This record gives sequence, C-alpha cells and structure tokens, in this order.
Amino acid sequence: MSDMSDTATTRGRPSRILFVLPVLLFGVLAAVIAYFMLTGRDPRLLPSTLIDKPAPEFSLPPIAGWQGRKPGLATADLKGKVTVVNFFASWCVPCLAEHPQVMALSKIKGIQVVGINHKDRPAAAKEWLTRHGNPYARIGADAGRAAIEWGVYGMPETFILDKTGRIRFKHVGVIRPETLKHKLLPIIRDLQK
Amino acid sequence: MRALAALLMLVMVAAFVPAALAVEPNEVLKDPALEKRARNISKRLRCLVCQNQSIDDSNAGLARDLRVLVRERLTAGDSDKQVVGFVVARYGDFVLLRPPVNAATFVLWFGPLLILLLAGAGVFVFLRRRRPESAGAAARPLDAAEEKRLDALLADDGPGS
Repeated sequence: MSDMSDTATTRGRPSRILFVLPVLLFGVLAAVIAYFMLTGRDPRLLPSTLIDKPAPEFSLPPIAGWQGRKPGLATADLKGKVTVVNFFASWCVPCLAEHPQVMALSKIKGIQVVGINHKDRPAAAKEWLTRHGNPYARIGADAGRAAIEWGVYGMPETFILDKTGRIRFKHVGVIRPETLKHKLLPIIRDLQK
Repeated sequence: MRALAALLMLVMVAAFVPAALAVEPNEVLKDPALEKRARNISKRLRCLVCQNQSIDDSNAGLARDLRVLVRERLTAGDSDKQVVGFVVARYGDFVLLRPPVNAATFVLWFGPLLILLLAGAGVFVFLRRRRPESAGAAARPLDAAEEKRLDALLADDGPGS
C-alpha cells in the first residue's frame, strides 16, 4: 500500500508545476493590466521625442480676416516667458472639453498661452473663439505642416516651453481639471522660478 | 436571404477595390522612379492616428499630410534615409513599422527567441527526467512481498469464482 502511494507522488511532481504555471502567468498578466489601469497610463500614447529640444522652426499667419485682433505665431514668439502652446480646432469636440482649463491657464500671471488653430475654416474658428472665449495671446493658423513639425498626431495637444523656448512637457488629449492641477500647474510653477 | 446577398456583394466589392486606395491621384508624383521611392517609404511609416496601418494604406488626414511631405522632400532632393529621418525626428521610432534594433527594442526583437530557448530547455529537461524513471519502474523486478501478493491474487482468480 505504501509503495503505491509513493509512486503516485513521484509521478505527480512534474504535473504539479504545470498546475501552478497558469496561475503564475495569470498573476503576471493581471499585474500588467492593473499597472496600466491604476496608474491611468494609456499605452497608446507616444513618448514625445521633442522633450528638452528647442521648439521647431515654424511661422504661421494669423487666422484669415483676424489680422487686427490676433497676430500669427512663429518660433521667435516662444521665447522670454514660460509658454503654453495649445493645438486646437473648432471641429474638435475634446478641445471644447478642455477649453475652460485653457482659459484658466491664460489667467496665470507671467506666462503666455498661444494657440495653433489646426486645419480649421477661419469663419468657424472665429465663431468658436467668440462664443467660448479666447484664451490665446497669439494664434497661428495651420494647414497641417506645423502639426507635423511639432510631432502632433491628434487634437488637442499641449506643450509647455521654458523661458528659452525649449519644450519641457507635452500633454496629448484633453486637459482635464485634475490634469491641470496635478500635472500642468506644478510644471509651470517649476519653470517660472 | 437579402442580407446574405448584401454580404456577398460587399465581399465582391471589397475584393475588387485595389489595396492602395489611400494614395490619391493628385498626390502621385510625375516621375515614376521618385513615386516608387515615395511608396516604399510610405509603406514603412506608421499612420499615428490608426497606429496599425502604414501611411500608404490610411485615409486619415495626418497620413495624407505625411505622404505629401514625403513626396515634397524627395522632390527637393532628399535621400530615402533623410526623409525617414525627418519623420522619426518629429514622431520618434514608433513611426517606423519595423522598429530599429536598439536598447529600448532589445526585448521586442530577442524576447521571442529567449522564450523559445527557455521553452525548449523546459521540454528537454521534462523528457530527460521522465524517460529513465518509467524505464526503471518497468525493469525493476518484483520483490518478495509483491511476488507473494501477485501469487495470492492469481490464486484467488481461479476458475471456480
């Protein structure tokens, strides 16, 4: 009798590892998924290659028919102050969602908020800004090339530049109130020192 | 029945549409050699909006802009490498559908090979460990107690039962 139970355990040994293995694999998978869910990191977001590099060379005209109201935007305009560069368009619904946060940014003393109006009809852009408020000190109208220069692949995207015109931070997608409070504002405060 | 016919039609239409529909006629360069180079580069660049299509296949606005940009730079006399470098400088290595071999992509390139080797080693160890064990069990002669039990069992199984 004791002989039989002995052979059973020796045969059972390799298969016991096989039983534990799926559980271990599941544990690893669950940990990876939990990491992305709990940290709120979106694996589809790309790391920007432009961080810590000077702003790209570009020069954009103002929104057509709005020359008197807001000047256009070029690389030289991004120096001297901490600058927030916000890509937006009137056709972009998430841009409207982040608009109150951009307005809040524009009220901060000592920094400048500028806009790049991406692939928009001038009339639609003007109407959008009139209706919802204009947070931008300068607006460049972009047909698409400036977005490529900035490595932008979706609307909206926001960059923060230090006083020398170097890109220090990039946010892809909507600036939510908590994004503003916990990410953008601390960085701006830091760069203003 | 009608749904089936509709589905069949859809499949047929899909089969006859050329794959390279995304490249619009007005984008095509006049010089066929240059256009061929542009197509080759476009196939290697990822459309960042759709992420799993090349800019050559994608109808997204950004993909179109990048196709036009590739052609502009080629016309301006850039080499293929310079054009790809221009896009990578702005969007990073992710824009390349075939990622380059470097420190960051090392696991991506050699991970599968490592897993294959580990799995192979596992199978090897498993088979080696199993074979002598089962062969030994079969070859071991019965000891006295087992002999006795076997005799008892055989005796028990007489024709009378």
